[in-house]
Amino acid sequence: METVYLLIPLVCLAAAVLVGLAGQWLGRRAAHSITIGAVAMAFVLSVVVAVEVAGGQRFDGSVYIWAVSDGIQFEIGFLIDQLSAVMMVVVTFVSLMVHVYTIGYMHDDPGYTRFFSYISLFTFAMLMLVMSNNFLQLFFGWEAVGLLSYLLIGFWFERESANFASLKAFLVNRVGDLGFLLGIAAILYVFGSLDYAAVFASAPQHATETMTGILGSQWRWLTIICLLLFVGAMGKSAQVPLHVWLPDSMEGPTPISALIHAATMVTAGIFMVARMSPLFELSQTALSVVLIIGAVTTISMALIALVQNDIKRVVAYSTLSQLGYMTVALGASAYSIAIFHLATHAFFKALLFLAAGSVIIALHHEQDMRRMGALWKRMPVTYLTALIGTLALVGIPPFAGFFSKDAIIEAVALSHTPGAKFAYVVVVAGVFVTALYSFRLIFMVFHGPSRLSEDNRKHARESPWVVTVPLILLAIPSVLAGLVLVGPTLSGHLFGESVMPIDGHGINGYGATDMLVHAWVSLPLWLAIAGIAVAWILYLRSPHAASRIANRFRLLHEILIRKYGVDELYERVFADGGQALGRTLWKFGDRLIIDDTLVNGTAKLVGRLSGVVRSLQTGYVYHYAFAMIIGLVALMSWFLWT
Amino acid sequence: MIPLSHYLVLGAILFSIGVVGIFLNRKNLVVLLMAIELLLLAANMNFIAFSHYLGDLAGQVFVFFILTVAAAESAIGLAILIVVFRSRRTINVQDLDRLQG
Repeated sequence: METVYLLIPLVCLAAAVLVGLAGQWLGRRAAHSITIGAVAMAFVLSVVVAVEVAGGQRFDGSVYIWAVSDGIQFEIGFLIDQLSAVMMVVVTFVSLMVHVYTIGYMHDDPGYTRFFSYISLFTFAMLMLVMSNNFLQLFFGWEAVGLLSYLLIGFWFERESANFASLKAFLVNRVGDLGFLLGIAAILYVFGSLDYAAVFASAPQHATETMTGILGSQWRWLTIICLLLFVGAMGKSAQVPLHVWLPDSMEGPTPISALIHAATMVTAGIFMVARMSPLFELSQTALSVVLIIGAVTTISMALIALVQNDIKRVVAYSTLSQLGYMTVALGASAYSIAIFHLATHAFFKALLFLAAGSVIIALHHEQDMRRMGALWKRMPVTYLTALIGTLALVGIPPFAGFFSKDAIIEAVALSHTPGAKFAYVVVVAGVFVTALYSFRLIFMVFHGPSRLSEDNRKHARESPWVVTVPLILLAIPSVLAGLVLVGPTLSGHLFGESVMPIDGHGINGYGATDMLVHAWVSLPLWLAIAGIAVAWILYLRSPHAASRIANRFRLLHEILIRKYGVDELYERVFADGGQALGRTLWKFGDRLIIDDTLVNGTAKLVGRLSGVVRSLQTGYVYHYAFAMIIGLVALMSWFLWT
Repeated sequence: MIPLSHYLVLGAILFSIGVVGIFLNRKNLVVLLMAIELLLLAANMNFIAFSHYLGDLAGQVFVFFILTVAAAESAIGLAILIVVFRSRRTINVQDLDRLQG
């Protein structure tokens, strides 16, 4: 099996390198055939691996020793268990769908082969991340997906906004990565190993070790490690306050938004925390922080989604909010449920993004929802699949999102982590807001009066099959994944011992039918239905009601439009502050002290001194001769008298 | 037999004349060269005197070397003098202050 494990990421890498280097020569057809073939192979092999894992097979070992330094081995290794198997299947499946979809979406793009090379390379990096058995390889995958995200957000590099967005994503992620790297360094310092198994095994022994901070305060090492690792997760999974890069990343092509910024890369943080669950379980403080950050992200981002008019941005803020849900689940120690929601979310959110992309192609790159409407007749397949995705997102039974989201809400309700009460209120309220913004999108895009431009009115029609087939294929798991997976997840069979508390969330034993029955007497489902109803009233029945409400609560509306001013704050504090600091250092440090005092100061001092000395130089030979003879006499007298 | 001290006094006198020639001469570059020549001759005089006094011929061999070097040096000095005259139209020592920084 080791060969198979190795083959899964490597075939993606090989395809990416081949298409990347020889893409111009191979041509478009060969480029997409090679990469799609490679990813399809990775997907099939991942399914094989998942079946093996379900049959009880495990693998944890290194395949290559990269370097040995001071007794610490840096290895390339794989840890194949239920958690990584689930991630591998999700990643390769969504990646395959996106590969196929890209044929249609990027049809006229001059960077066609480059794009395929990038997304294959991304798949490789993501697989290395999820399959890793040590922190170093995790970090490698982490940085590699970050790099690919940067390259793909800035894929249309002629656009200034895309360049800014890619740079912003990169810089914000650097903040998170610094925390992550410090966390890994702390792990190496405390545990003396980078291997997951070794670290997890010795974690309980180190649980009470403390370090002395400033002013003699005592800090538990594990809390510090978990918080630092979570800072990394906050950057990658776009949690408040490091969320600012994700909405802007929508500058990239839509397949990328689906693959990287909805389904896979942004969930790397969630995956990482779930993977580190044996560490997080030992630190109540860290879990509490995770819970509260997740809750804040959930509600604040969902509210912003209400006022966005760009179709992709609505979905982007929805992604942020759903990532918040996953983080809340992590904070409530329900790691398996977080990964469950990650998987279902990967399917329905990729579906929603690809559906949005389908609308965008049909309308010739129109993204403003105010210039859409009544598209359901023109684009029936896109409409139906988008509706399925939305129902799954909102959490209407029996769609996938219902099970995962309800499980999160239940887990939070039963959690004893400090802050769980607050988080519970937030996630329940989040259901209503989610339904409201999701159906606002559906109603504005597919229903109501047509607000298309003249040109689009004539040409708008259903997208080609390479676009709709991935939509349909993604719609299937969006419907079924929850129904099938909820039982094994909650009973603990699905993830087994790969995440730490096997039955920590207190709702194990529930099955799909129990949840379906229970849903009708619980609050979240009725809130979701209420959200849909309110959306229907506001955006279909009385279209002016929404703007009236916006006028009524102008301040609130303005705050949401401005996204709480976080971007402005960061611009003021970090960008302007950084520039001001740089300018000060340049003026005082560089120019005044180094340039004027040290470098030019020395030169000037020498110049001034030699100005004095040069008046001794008359230029007359007899003066020099006189000086020489005086010197000679002086030397000789000194010699004779001593 | 002339005692050693006489030779040494003669050498000292020659040397002093040379030094004074360098200091006091403000007009002619040729005089400067001649003064330098006198300094060297004073040194030669001491060499020969001591060589004879100590019975060591090495001193006299040195004198030959010094004479050779002095001749070569005078030749170069005169050549420079001609070049200086060509470019500056003067050999007046007081006008030659191009060495000033």
